[in-house]
Amino acid sequence: MLDFHLLKALHTAAGPRTLDVRLTLAPGELLALSGPSGAGKTTMLRLLAGLDRPDGGFIEAENKTWYRHERRQWLPPQQRQLGFVFQSYALFPNMTVRQNLAFAATGQPQPARLIAELLETLELTALADRRPAVLSGGQQQRVALARALAARPRLLLLDEPLAALDLPTRLRLQQVLAEVHRQFELTTILISHDPAEITRLADRVLELDLGQVRRLGPPAPAAAPLLGRVVAVLPGGQLRVQLPGGTEVLVSGTAGLGEEIALTVEVARTL
Amino acid sequence: MPSDYWQTLRLTLALAACTTALLLVLGLPLAYGLAQWRSRFKPLAEAVVSLPLVLPPTVIGFYLLVAFSDSSALGRFLIDKLGISLNFTFPGILVGSLVYSLPFMVQPLQAGFGQVPPALSEAAYTLGKSRLTTLWRVLLPNMRPALLNGLVLTFAHTLGEFGVVLMIGGSLPGSTRVASIAIYDEVQSLHYAQANAYAFTLLGVAFAILVGLYWFTRRHAERLL
Repeated sequence: MLDFHLLKALHTAAGPRTLDVRLTLAPGELLALSGPSGAGKTTMLRLLAGLDRPDGGFIEAENKTWYRHERRQWLPPQQRQLGFVFQSYALFPNMTVRQNLAFAATGQPQPARLIAELLETLELTALADRRPAVLSGGQQQRVALARALAARPRLLLLDEPLAALDLPTRLRLQQVLAEVHRQFELTTILISHDPAEITRLADRVLELDLGQVRRLGPPAPAAAPLLGRVVAVLPGGQLRVQLPGGTEVLVSGTAGLGEEIALTVEVARTL
Repeated sequence: MPSDYWQTLRLTLALAACTTALLLVLGLPLAYGLAQWRSRFKPLAEAVVSLPLVLPPTVIGFYLLVAFSDSSALGRFLIDKLGISLNFTFPGILVGSLVYSLPFMVQPLQAGFGQVPPALSEAAYTLGKSRLTTLWRVLLPNMRPALLNGLVLTFAHTLGEFGVVLMIGGSLPGSTRVASIAIYDEVQSLHYAQANAYAFTLLGVAFAILVGLYWFTRRHAERLL
C-alpha cells in the first residue's frame, strides 16, 4: 500500500539531525508512531501528506509515485488520496459540522448519503447544524475524523488525535477509530504516546528518536487496565477503592462515590 | 443646496467607490502573495506597498503628474499610442487614489491572511481542494473582519484625499473637484457656509462608516461562537 524512504533535515533541541525512515505498510495496516517530542513524528506525517517537501528519498502509494527525489517528482497534497487529522483539529469555523463534511465530500459519488452515514457512525447527527466553536474537544475530534473520511481516503494520517482528551472520551474514540479503520478499509498511521492506546489499536509500532528509527515491531503487550470501584472519598484527595477480588486500596485522585475508575501504578522508588 | 454641491458629492463618492472596488481586486492577490511569500526581499516589497503611508500626498501627486505628462516616456506612450491623457481627468485622479490608498487595503488583508491558522488551508489541501477554492471557501470567510476593515478604510481614506487629487486633477467641477478640494476652494472664496456643508457631510459619512465597521466586527466575533 505505502512504501517510502524519507530524508529531511530536523531542527531538534539537541541540534540539527536528519529524519531518516524507510518503511513499507501493508494494506489495512495500522501503524502507531511514537517517540519524544522533536523526534520527527509530525514531520514524517507532513512529508507523507505533501504539506512539506522531503530533502530526499521516495514515496510510493498503491503503485503510484507521490515523490521521487532523483526524478524530481512530487505530487501536491491535493492529488494524494489521503485524510489528515490535525492535532488542532483544523475545523473550518465558518461552516457547520455538516458543511465541513460536505466541503470535503464534494466530488465524491452520492455525497449526501456518505455524509449521513459518517454523521451516524461518528454520532454527530444531533450536532450536524452546529459550528465547531460550540463543540467539546471530543466532539471536534469526531468531526475532524468524519471530515477526513468524507474525502474517501485510502490512507489516514492522524497527528496525536486523542492526546488532549479526557480518559473516558479517549477510550470511546479509540473504539470509533478501530471501527472506521476496518469499515473504510484504511491504511492508518497514528501518532500516539499512550502505550495502552497503541496496544489496543496498532498492528505495529515505530518508535522514533531524533529522526532515527529506534524500534519497529509489534506493540508491547500492556497489562489490562486495573478497574476498581470507589467505596469511600476521604479528605486530602484520597480514595478508598475496591478491586475486583474484594481487596481495598487507598489511592490519590478525585472521583465520585460508587464510580468505576481505572488505576495506574506509578513507581516512586525502585527497590 | 446648489447643484454643484450634489455634483461634487457624487464625484467624491464615485471616486471612493471605484478606488475601493479596484483595490479589492488588485489588493487581494497582492496581500495573499505577501502573506505567503518567504524571501529575504519581502521587506522591500512591503516597504514599497507602505510607502504612500509616509510620503506627503503632494509628493505622490507630483511624481504621478510628471509621469502622466508628455515629458515622460510613460506619459508619451499613454498619450501618443493609447490616446489616454490622465492629468486633470477623473481616470487620472482614480489612478492617483489607487496608489495613495493601496496600503489601506493591502495591510489589513495581509494581516487577515496571517491570522487564519495555516492548518485550515492545509486541511483543505489534503481534502483535495485547490488554492483558489481554499481562498474562496476557507480563507476569505474566516477573515471577514479584515476584509471589511480594508474596504472601509480604503473608502474612508479616499473620501478625505486632498493632496494627490489636487496635484493630478486640479479643481475642475464635475471631473476632478472632490469634496475636500471644494472645501478648500470655498474657504479661499470666504464661502464658509458652503465649506461647512461639505465638511459636515464628510464628517457624518466618516462617522457612520466607522460605527458600521465596529458594529459588524463585534457581531461577527459573536456569530462564530
